[in-house]
Amino acid sequence: MLEILENNWLLFLVGQYPHGPIGGLAMTLFMASISLALCFPFAIALALARLSPYRWLRLPATAIVHTVRGLPLIMFIFWTYFFSPLIIGRAVGGVETLVIALVIYEAAYLSEIIRAGIEGLPKGQVEAATSLGLRYWPTTFKVVLPQALHNMLPSMVSQFVSTIKETSLGYVISAHELTFAAAQVNNVLLTQPFEVYGILALTYFALCFALTSLARFIERRISGDRGGTPGVTIAA
Amino acid sequence: MGYVFDLGSVLNGKYLDWFLIGLATTLALTVAAWCLAMAMGIILTLVRMIPFPPLGWFVALYVEYHRNVPLLVQIFVWYFGVPSLLPRPARQWINAHHGEFLLAAIALGLAAAAYVAEDIRSGIRSIPKAQYESARSIGFGYLGAMGYVVLPQALRIAVPPLINQTLLLFKNTSLAMAIGVGELTYRTREVESYTFKTFEAFAVATAIYLAISFGIMALGSWSGHRLKLETR
Repeated sequence: MLEILENNWLLFLVGQYPHGPIGGLAMTLFMASISLALCFPFAIALALARLSPYRWLRLPATAIVHTVRGLPLIMFIFWTYFFSPLIIGRAVGGVETLVIALVIYEAAYLSEIIRAGIEGLPKGQVEAATSLGLRYWPTTFKVVLPQALHNMLPSMVSQFVSTIKETSLGYVISAHELTFAAAQVNNVLLTQPFEVYGILALTYFALCFALTSLARFIERRISGDRGGTPGVTIAA
Repeated sequence: MGYVFDLGSVLNGKYLDWFLIGLATTLALTVAAWCLAMAMGIILTLVRMIPFPPLGWFVALYVEYHRNVPLLVQIFVWYFGVPSLLPRPARQWINAHHGEFLLAAIALGLAAAAYVAEDIRSGIRSIPKAQYESARSIGFGYLGAMGYVVLPQALRIAVPPLINQTLLLFKNTSLAMAIGVGELTYRTREVESYTFKTFEAFAVATAIYLAISFGIMALGSWSGHRLKLETR
């Protein structure tokens, strides 16, 4: 196992870079970060639409969220794979395809997290903002969202973990990320699949476990904030 | 662009059969993995309730491994890795008996078991301790209090999240295509490469996945409403 790591650690970390496209763990992290960052505005829009008093906003948003949740991610990846060349007008690489598919997919899941965060706020917050004369948008962006997003921080970190895990599907469309790198190593060695995929699993585990632990830590901090520190406590 | 969308071209004769075989395989994989997940999930929950710390750590490690490693990688570990550790006759048997289906079902089932165990555990935790204490005070033993008072209520609470896990499991079976299990996604790609009717093929698969997912979602929200009223 150590020998495999010794000979291939660079491939695991950055793929064939600088002799080829960047890949491996670097690409995994890059794709996960950029997908999460890009899906954010869509997620907020979807969450607000689902909470809006207007049916014509609520219904389509609800339909989108349920449709996305009802399909395997791999279906989105294939749809993106076939559709994006038609829209963009040129062949689209694996990385771009995966990022587009992940943005759509994660936006729907993230919007549910944000919606729960908004619904979890005490009603008095909106009422107080309204009574101060704030309209919908200032109330949303200055009062509701900052608090909701702060409370949702642990869920966001978990969302980042699921996105990291989902980038492993890049293997299916030959996006050069960590799982793809491991498959390459396995194809060269041929005789030690358990060791190669064991290393792969342990790498993901170390990364994601660290992040889920971070999420738990933040969660404890935040509920501590809510619990008793004077000045932060909201009279319920 | 002059693309003619023609569902008929993928919904007849041998291609229709491929879709149906794919759907049947997807459902079989879901059911097999589901049974394993429930059995293993209950075992993990029971093991965790034994007051001997190392067992609790083992279950926690099991849960963390399955939650923090991508499912596709877990499938690869089972499909490529585990057989290489087995003696040759066992490997030959696996190769001769559609090992990819068996190993995919094991990988999917064991991964889902981690989530099932967590759902049952949080069900048990959400039952107020007073329930257990009052059962003990009217004369039930540990097993009686758990079996007659706590668990029936806990399982009720756990039903909606467990149905949600079933939905995830159903969707996750699509990953088995990566190791060549002929499930719905795999067959769809096959239909696509034979007919070149990409959009039609994937539209059919999408419709099938959605129909079943919506069914499971409806069951979930129905059970959520049904079971909510009667607890506490």
